[in-house]
Amino acid sequence: MSETPIDSSKRTWLIATSCAGAVGGVATAVPFVSSFEPSEKAKAAGAAVEVDISAMKEGEKLTVEWRGKPVWIVKRTKEELDALPKHDGELADPESKRHPDEFTPPYARNEWRSIKPEYLVVIGICPHLGCSPTDKFTTGAQPSLPNDWPGGWLCPCHGSTFDLAGRVFKNKPSPDNLPVPPHMYLSDTRLLIGDDTKKA
Amino acid sequence: MAAYREFKQISPNASATAKLTNWLENRFPTAFDAYKVHMSEYYAPKNFNFWYIFGSLALLVLVIQIVTGIFLVMHYKPDAAKAFESVEYIMRDVPWGWLIRYMHSTGASAFFVVVYLHMFRGLLYGSYRKPRELVWLFGCAIFLALMGEAFMGYLLPWGQMSYWGAQVIVNLFSAIPFIGPDLSIFIRGDYVVGDATLNRFFSFHVIAVPLVLLGLVVAHLLALHDVGSNNPDGIEIKGPGKPIDEKGHPLDGVPFHPYYTVHDIFGVGLFLFVFSAIVFLAPEMGGYFLEANNFIPADPLKTPSHIAPVWYFTPFYSMLRAVTSEMMYALIACVVLGVGYGVLKSKLAGVLKGAVTVAGVIVIALMLTIDAKFWGVVTMGAAVVILFFLPWLDCSPARSIRYRPSWHKWLYVIFVIVFFVLGYLGMLAPFPLGERVSQVGTLFYFGFFLLMPWWSRLGESKPVPERINFVAH
Repeated sequence: MSETPIDSSKRTWLIATSCAGAVGGVATAVPFVSSFEPSEKAKAAGAAVEVDISAMKEGEKLTVEWRGKPVWIVKRTKEELDALPKHDGELADPESKRHPDEFTPPYARNEWRSIKPEYLVVIGICPHLGCSPTDKFTTGAQPSLPNDWPGGWLCPCHGSTFDLAGRVFKNKPSPDNLPVPPHMYLSDTRLLIGDDTKKA
Repeated sequence: MAAYREFKQISPNASATAKLTNWLENRFPTAFDAYKVHMSEYYAPKNFNFWYIFGSLALLVLVIQIVTGIFLVMHYKPDAAKAFESVEYIMRDVPWGWLIRYMHSTGASAFFVVVYLHMFRGLLYGSYRKPRELVWLFGCAIFLALMGEAFMGYLLPWGQMSYWGAQVIVNLFSAIPFIGPDLSIFIRGDYVVGDATLNRFFSFHVIAVPLVLLGLVVAHLLALHDVGSNNPDGIEIKGPGKPIDEKGHPLDGVPFHPYYTVHDIFGVGLFLFVFSAIVFLAPEMGGYFLEANNFIPADPLKTPSHIAPVWYFTPFYSMLRAVTSEMMYALIACVVLGVGYGVLKSKLAGVLKGAVTVAGVIVIALMLTIDAKFWGVVTMGAAVVILFFLPWLDCSPARSIRYRPSWHKWLYVIFVIVFFVLGYLGMLAPFPLGERVSQVGTLFYFGFFLLMPWWSRLGESKPVPERINFVAH
């Protein structure tokens, strides 16, 4: 075999056909790989959700589903709002400056992280690994929480804590605050979650 | 290519069995050759001890999983709205369905028990050393495939633990800078774990990964039979200078069939005692094999108050959790030490030293800029990947622990304890002391492997015998 001289024309064609075959193979792989992407149906399910908040009382939390995730709407009391700036020093990112485009839309980049101060709208999924934090609205000392606990949420999976503006405390596994979804008020009592560009 | 084979003639007076055998052998000689190569003329060392049962048991559990799996798929519905219900239907209404399902769920844990013990056997007797590196690599690939298989299978009952476990693990990928968030959507096929995720995990669990596993098992066995089995003494029984009988077979070996087949049937009997006891008496194993929260249907809006992976993943999960922003400083210190050693102490060329320094600086810069969460994921992945490098990390002159310095045994004991402690902590909710212990454990785990090229050379090995130790019984 090795004695036979190399037929360079044959070799050129072997390389050319192999390359063409490889291109075809890759092209065939594209539809299969793309089928992993969310389907049109899943994308459509990402449509905005309208919520009526007229019946909400102070200190109450409402959970709605948007894109399969829990979105919390919390009507905070005056005292809770006043307490927010007091523990800024213990927070990792009190002014929501980290990744603002992903976690906090421009209209929520304020102390209370919301459009109307009393209504907080956040996605109830911990940015660490996707668990849903538990309500810990009672202030003061309690298991797994510091003695000066100002009220907020505790993630059961890895112990991240968030204040009542969904801001994460320092030295916790979650690097970011709870994300604020795009949202807008269609009227005083009607909230639209998932869209902030629609004409009211 | 196989040479032309002469058709064997047989006497017309031969028995019907002999005629049939001859007919088959003339038409399908490969099967007859394979039987000889892998069974009746595969010579394995005489001195196997009980540690050598776990390879055969792993094969048995694989068969149990495939057979029970086939029957479960006949009743299971991979649909987010029906999955939980269909599993309860199997448990309550399908005749003997509970048994088939408990065999499958217990089989999953049993698989990891025997595979961990099988791997530890390799570690004890240096079974991964030259020329068995590929056997080990195929084995590690099997372990990796098995982890994927178990993880995806765990989503299928669609309980709370299935759901949130998958949610947490898939979200690990979103920690990868730049491509992470899109990658995790790509894996889930939706913005959260949902019907699309369940269906694709089902497809992977019942078709794709089992096929890969079977292929790898075949490669693992073929590679093993090409180089021959290691044994507790860690010395070869075949090769130049090794004693052989008049037929050329090694004196220190016995044919796999009938010697080890019968031997393994005994081991299988003992295994099935334990396996049946668990299946019938404690299928949930106190929450270790089937977790309590998984008896609640998946609820995407509510995370259970405590979530933890099944026991076989917890050592690695502990390492993931151990990497906090504080731990990053310890890891950076390790990189600095490693680079410092490479530059100041090693005999590398000047150019290489420069490259090591530059690489070190880049890694440290990345470690300072990217979240600890990402490095936790890297650590967990590295804990599995590092096993692949074992054949090249171990530089001990003696293969088997029997002839290594005695303190190596103690090191192995500590390694096993650390692995258990990490596993235990991974099941608990995080607490400060546990976090500190798992950080020390993580450093020990990686130190054990990464420093192996140095520590395995230290101390004085005992004289390795020429022939294996074997006393007939």
